[in-house]
Amino acid sequence: MIVLLYIIKKEFLQIFRDKAMLPLMTVLPIIQLIVLSNATSNEIKQVNLHVEDMDKSQFSQRLIHKIAANNIFHITSSSQNPDDVYRSFMNGTADIVLRIPNNAERDFYRNKSTEVQLLIDAINGQAATVGSGYLNVIVNSFNKEMRSEVKMITPNPNGTMIAIEYSNWYNPELNYKHFMVPGILGELVIILILILTAMNIVKEREVGTIEQINVTPIKKWQFILGKLIPFLCLGLFLMVVGLILGKVLFDIPMVGSLWTVFAYVVICLVTVLGMGLLLSNYADTQQQAIFVAFFFVIIFVLLCGLFTPIESMPVWAQKLTIPNPIAHFVAVMRNVLLKGSTMADMSYRFIVTGILALIFNTLAIVTYKKTI
Amino acid sequence: MDKTKKVITVDHLTKKFGDFTAVDAITFDVHAGEIFGFLGANGAGKTTAMKMLIGLSKPTSGTGTVAGFDIVKNPEKVKQNIGYMSQKFALYDDLTIEENATFYGGIYGLKRKVIKSQIEHMLDDLDLRSSRKQLVGQLPIGWKQRLAFSVAMIHDPSIIFLDEPTGGVDPVTRRIFWEKIYEESSKGRTIFVTTHYMDEAEYCHRLSMMVAGKMVAVDSPANLKEKYGVKDMNEVFVHIANQEDWR
Repeated sequence: MIVLLYIIKKEFLQIFRDKAMLPLMTVLPIIQLIVLSNATSNEIKQVNLHVEDMDKSQFSQRLIHKIAANNIFHITSSSQNPDDVYRSFMNGTADIVLRIPNNAERDFYRNKSTEVQLLIDAINGQAATVGSGYLNVIVNSFNKEMRSEVKMITPNPNGTMIAIEYSNWYNPELNYKHFMVPGILGELVIILILILTAMNIVKEREVGTIEQINVTPIKKWQFILGKLIPFLCLGLFLMVVGLILGKVLFDIPMVGSLWTVFAYVVICLVTVLGMGLLLSNYADTQQQAIFVAFFFVIIFVLLCGLFTPIESMPVWAQKLTIPNPIAHFVAVMRNVLLKGSTMADMSYRFIVTGILALIFNTLAIVTYKKTI
Repeated sequence: MDKTKKVITVDHLTKKFGDFTAVDAITFDVHAGEIFGFLGANGAGKTTAMKMLIGLSKPTSGTGTVAGFDIVKNPEKVKQNIGYMSQKFALYDDLTIEENATFYGGIYGLKRKVIKSQIEHMLDDLDLRSSRKQLVGQLPIGWKQRLAFSVAMIHDPSIIFLDEPTGGVDPVTRRIFWEKIYEESSKGRTIFVTTHYMDEAEYCHRLSMMVAGKMVAVDSPANLKEKYGVKDMNEVFVHIANQEDWR
């Protein structure tokens, strides 16, 4: 055991001595957390609208004003030239085009009905659905207004209707930062720890110190644990700082137990450390280690459920997320912090990650060779 | 010191990498307190042979004992009883002299008190007392080599293996280095050293010559010179290297 302490002490000395790496390891993830949490938003904040008003009537003006009153829609251009519709799509100034045909007002008063057309740029599916949805609601309410003005009898005026009332639980204001911050924090810490450990043993191999270690009677598990513990501490430190910043800057809720969070963080970091050390055992140079680590990081990040929900992936891709520590991490952080899920609720995540930790660390110890 | 006690015995030790035989059935003994030189051209198999003795590489066939332990069955016991200094400088550049020594002392399982006294002793010996807090990376190469030698002996091993310890070092430092080797030998420590400097070979008590994986001669420098009828080790080396078939 005392041998282990000497290895840990040496690793810490080296971590703190490296004046170039230390700020990169601590300050950079924090800056990333702040920037990314503010930047990565799925909210549709603005939908640009091109209006082709062929009617130029009081009716059409009222409709346009009603739409413009909603602060999501920005009327970026309007014209009566049909060519402008395509141009506005092509140069990206419009997401949606509203076409009010000639005689819309006359038809409305004469025939009690008229038609307007919405052309939607569906390349950005989310902006398209959200935008057209809002516009539908606005046009419907415009309909009601107009009908009551012209004293039209609405069908079934006193009849009961099914009204749906929404209630958003756990994130009532639909604050996307509450949703993103815990996930981004987990992702950053895991990536950093994975790359640092992947490089660590390889560096000793490159410099030649590993040979000197291998002629000592040190045990494999002592060496691997000696490498693992300092980086685990670093990861936990970053988590603490990240959560404090998340609370102070973004006011993220912490409904569940922080003990549950940190119990999970330890298991998850141990998994990632095992992966990094395993990688390190197989790589001959730091470039190789970085390259392979990068390959896994990309997959882990894109398939972790942070940016696209795992539930909407094809089944085979959902299965691919099982050995992905970041996916479990993001899920646990969100559920425990935002909903207050308990360790029992999260038992699946705990068990799967625990098994991963066991597999990777056993492999790391077994594949570490003291002989050439 | 019992000069007849065998601390290293090697019997038909062989290492093959695929079809290539790097070390071909070498057999020799080393006695306690001896400075045993391991000579050969680059690629003759010196380093491979040494790595088998110190437990870094598993022999393909053959047996050997180092410090009384079997190198195949008990390499970790061997490691506890030997010191090793590699060609590549192997202390941590980003740690101080003291931190390096403490780390290596620690992983050999020495007690804190023992480590402390060993470090004091080492610093006095190298006259580095004032630079104990200096980063090893900032030391000149000659000092680094001497320091690496001392750190390799921090656990007081009975045998020390030196793999081309004076590569890239100036003649004066080499001289000082060899004085240190003699001093350790006189204390009864066995020194096993590979080199391709022939003047250094003259300092050894006994020499072995490896050519293309085979051990072609084991004797004292004086006997070797007499046997081949030449004046210095350089000529012995050239003679042997030319005489042998390079497969």
